[in-house]
Amino acid sequence: MTYHFDFGWLIESLPVLLKGIRITVQLILIGAVFGVALGIACAWVRALGPKWLRPVVATYVELIRNTPFLIQLFFIFFGLPSLGIRMSELTAANLAMIVNLGAYSCEIIRAGIQATPRGQFEAGASLAMTPFQTFWYVVLVPALQRIWPALSSQIVIVMLGSAVVSQIAAEDLTFAANFIQSRNFRAFETYIVSTLIYLALAILLRQLLAGLGWMLFPRKASR
Amino acid sequence: MSLIAITEVKKRFGDNEVLKGISIDIAPGEVVAIIGRSGSGKSTLLRCINGLETIDEGSIVVAGAQFLPDEVHLKALRLKVGMIFQQFNLFPHLTAGGNVMLSQMVVKKVPKKDAEAVARKMLDRVGLAHKFDALPDELSGGQQQRVAIARALAMQPMALLCDEITSALDPELVAEVLAVVKELAAEGMTLVMVTHEMRFARDVCSRVVFMHQGRVHEIGAPEDVFANPRTPELRQFLGVQ
Repeated sequence: MTYHFDFGWLIESLPVLLKGIRITVQLILIGAVFGVALGIACAWVRALGPKWLRPVVATYVELIRNTPFLIQLFFIFFGLPSLGIRMSELTAANLAMIVNLGAYSCEIIRAGIQATPRGQFEAGASLAMTPFQTFWYVVLVPALQRIWPALSSQIVIVMLGSAVVSQIAAEDLTFAANFIQSRNFRAFETYIVSTLIYLALAILLRQLLAGLGWMLFPRKASR
Repeated sequence: MSLIAITEVKKRFGDNEVLKGISIDIAPGEVVAIIGRSGSGKSTLLRCINGLETIDEGSIVVAGAQFLPDEVHLKALRLKVGMIFQQFNLFPHLTAGGNVMLSQMVVKKVPKKDAEAVARKMLDRVGLAHKFDALPDELSGGQQQRVAIARALAMQPMALLCDEITSALDPELVAEVLAVVKELAAEGMTLVMVTHEMRFARDVCSRVVFMHQGRVHEIGAPEDVFANPRTPELRQFLGVQ
């Protein structure tokens, strides 16, 4: 028996597909920016911040890192409304990704901060900078530079993991693929197309992050 | 009237008392060398003057700024005394110019243009005006240390603390750093330096402090301290019989 490939559906499904791509890109951009910002704040608390706040952040980080992303998403979208906190699918998906990336990037960035030579803190202090000023202007950029490859990988992982937000009917790329496939019954063609789009997006994202690193860290080729 | 007044300072790390009651007064324009074996407490004393270590007893006052371990007092103290480290501790992500500009802008809120002008002036003073845009990685050890000196000078301190600033340098690079320090001394900058450069201490310093086991063991003009060491510990340290 021979299977006849048919990609004719692509043309009429293009708007659905494009909307899916737009939502996925939007999710990852918002998730990455706010997730890494949350991660930096949490890493500061865990490495250098006020002692009373550290257990709070540690609890958050361990809670997120030891539970499935899908459950976190369900909790935010289906669980929180019981407390009167309601939000759209898209908002819930954004929030889940920010919270998830925040926890993972916290630990990655913390490693970068803790690898900072003591002399850097002392130099900042001796120039009359406050501990926070020293962190912000002296420690942070080299710390990010140290862990940039690991952080980039984590952002790509979260981008690929965003596929599960289709489970709460957020209309991302995976949602679009499922929708198209249920109409045209062309599972192989539909999923190969969506696979290739994810692949392209991931490669693009890595390039973008590499370029961002190149801009942020003006260091000449050292080792 | 002394610029730096150190009175009965004691410092413990756990059970180990490293400073056992140090009193030294340093006048404006003095150049003081602190010498002694490793473990004698000389670096700790220097770090206390800048508030990088806390003290357990006694007091340190620099030009009216008392050392107290809260942020406001520490800032006031550190604006009066700059510090230069053995390992340079330049900020690796900033250019030489950026290193000299940063604390002016962050701490003193100097506008960027003015901070840059000061940075160029200070780098010129240490003979590195042409390295304004170089990253620390692209500089030799001696050049990095001179940038560190420019960085400290840009905050216009009343005194500079030098913690073995030539110990991490290749021998041929020591001279260029010491030349800068010598010039500062000639211009009237108050300097307190922990050093192993005995010849430099003899030629440039107005007073030499020999520390031994957490105390000031001998103190005096370099001619006296080096030519007529009174205690066996100093004689042994200097290698004279």
